[in-house]
Amino acid sequence: MASVLEKEQQLLDRPLGWNPRGLLAAAALVALLANFLPLWNLTMFAPQYPDGLRLDIYTFRLEGGNHGQDVKEINLLNHYIGMKDLAEEDFTQFRWLPFALGVLALLFLRAAVHGRVSQLLDVSVLFTYFGLFSLWSFGYTLYRYGHDLSPHAAVKVPPFMPPIFGHAKLANFDVYSFPKLGTYAMMLVVVLLAVAMVLAVRRRSAPVGIPVAEPAR
Amino acid sequence: MNGRIARIDLRDFKTKQILGPIPNVSGNHSSSFVTPNTEYAVMGTRFSIPLPKGTALPVEKYASDYKGILAGIKIDPKSGEMSLGWEILMPPFDYDLGDAGKKVSDGWMFFTSYNTERATGKLEVTASQRDRDYIAAIDWRLAEKANAEGKGKVIGGVKVLDPREVPGMVFLIPCGKSPHGVDVSPDGKYIVGSGKLAGITTVFNFEKIQTAIRNKDFTGDEDGIPVLKYESIKDAEVAVGLGPLHTQFGPDGYAYTSLFVDSAIAKWKLGTWEVVDKTPMSYSIGHLAAAEGDTVEPQGRFLVGLNKLSHGRHLSVGPSQPESSQLVDISGEKMKLLYDAFTEPEPHYAQIIRASKLHPIEVYPKEENHHPLAVWDLKDTGVTRQGNKVTVKAILTRSTITPTNFTVKPGDIVTVALTNIEQTTDELHGFGLLDYNINVVVDPGETKTVTFKADKQGVFPYYCTNFCSALHQEMQGYLVVSPTVN
Repeated sequence: MASVLEKEQQLLDRPLGWNPRGLLAAAALVALLANFLPLWNLTMFAPQYPDGLRLDIYTFRLEGGNHGQDVKEINLLNHYIGMKDLAEEDFTQFRWLPFALGVLALLFLRAAVHGRVSQLLDVSVLFTYFGLFSLWSFGYTLYRYGHDLSPHAAVKVPPFMPPIFGHAKLANFDVYSFPKLGTYAMMLVVVLLAVAMVLAVRRRSAPVGIPVAEPAR
Repeated sequence: MNGRIARIDLRDFKTKQILGPIPNVSGNHSSSFVTPNTEYAVMGTRFSIPLPKGTALPVEKYASDYKGILAGIKIDPKSGEMSLGWEILMPPFDYDLGDAGKKVSDGWMFFTSYNTERATGKLEVTASQRDRDYIAAIDWRLAEKANAEGKGKVIGGVKVLDPREVPGMVFLIPCGKSPHGVDVSPDGKYIVGSGKLAGITTVFNFEKIQTAIRNKDFTGDEDGIPVLKYESIKDAEVAVGLGPLHTQFGPDGYAYTSLFVDSAIAKWKLGTWEVVDKTPMSYSIGHLAAAEGDTVEPQGRFLVGLNKLSHGRHLSVGPSQPESSQLVDISGEKMKLLYDAFTEPEPHYAQIIRASKLHPIEVYPKEENHHPLAVWDLKDTGVTRQGNKVTVKAILTRSTITPTNFTVKPGDIVTVALTNIEQTTDELHGFGLLDYNINVVVDPGETKTVTFKADKQGVFPYYCTNFCSALHQEMQGYLVVSPTVN
């Protein structure tokens, strides 16, 4: 048992090679890039809206299709069922998400410079948690929109969960909800971290305490 | 009718300018043909009268003292704003239709005329005595130049050019008999005049016209305007059929002439002058429009015949009958009728252009609305008063007119400024006010005002008059006109 713990300790303390460090730096870059890409898209089609009403969610803002007009149109339609206007103030994620991504990117860079497996593991766990929490958080915001309906609405509908993934039929609308480039960028971050981890663990055979300046393999 | 010309902006399909009445032009019929780069749109007198307007002379003086006018309306190339360019004093004929020269004949404008007999009374007889009337050919660049040089004398408040004082500006082309349409071929080489009482369409050669002008190959004059020798300038008399009116062109050298009396379209070939096909039209076709058939690059494929009579083509709707317009496929050797549509009487002119050449907006962008009374936020709506002048800033949006009610005093002058704050295609709203005879429709992004004197006391519902949403019926409110209620 003690030897297992010791081996684990050795592994965690092991310095990272050039490749994992490079992957960490790349992960930092991709994480920052995710701020400029839409995370998720909802597009709603109805007979009256053959081109669809498009809503893109970024890490810090909402963007409606048709020069922003689609968000106004979605809100206008939602007011009939007593739903609150989709307002950026209601998305608390927009306040912490870009900041959190920045902090994580800095931690990736820190891990790349300090170069220990333990740090790689820390940032991997942190980022995965961050990603899952963000997903839940957006989901919960949408849940509240679908459930906090005004009792004075012109059209009473039972509270509902707007679709997070895939297709759903809401009244006369076919709603499609899918992740977009920003989310794929976040997934790429996870992949980069995982590959870095695999490469780091594979160095098991190498002698402990190898100089940091060892050429990349 | 009263010598006006309107400009419609194809960005929003709204009339942006109505110019006129243009002085001296009496009963404009030869409109609104434009020069190739829309330098000018033209107008012309149908009913010659003594000039200036207001001059009373007996009808017996028609031949000598009544005058016609041909006018060029200048068009600003950037803004499209129209203004009077030039006017030309013409003999008292009835000027009918026109077309501009293009390519080789660019710079010339052609107008048909009838009643060159200068007759009065029962014109159907008296104006149909001569075998040939005239197509007036105008060198409009020369008219433009003479006008710029200040030539001409003032009639009815504007400078009018006299052809006698500007030699080379106007020539008369004899064309049989009582020609209606004149149409220039896509290459500009042929001028096609259709004598509606002649049964032939005459094709004139622009080059021969130029040669005849150079050689002074004239047979006489009308009030000093040289008449070109028919035989020297004519290329062909095409026996298209009875009652030829208008000609349009395809991309392949074919011409299509409407035949009112025969109730048909004749397809014939430029150059060989051979009639290759005829198709019946229901009934008595007048104008016709081929796809870009007036341009230097006709598109072919489709042609619309604008018929003057429809009897029997539609379910009976009583004595006041619509006319029929018929869509004809001209892509093949034989013309094929595709479709009948029924239009308001009387379809008089049409153009077909490729839809891709138009780029209309679908809503008025908010940024472009500079109306001083426009409001975009519900909290900016409301009623203000200055003396007895009341201004209501109102917003129309699905599905409420805000304010939902307002009160004025009897005798107030009320201005309601209605802003449709929608930026969604096809979300028009209306404002109808009962018993005040007010109804206005406001496009998305547009602000319109209505002003009325609140001279009736009581309660007056207002409501959206343009169906907008599932709750359109609920889009209503009340105007209270009361000396006491506030």
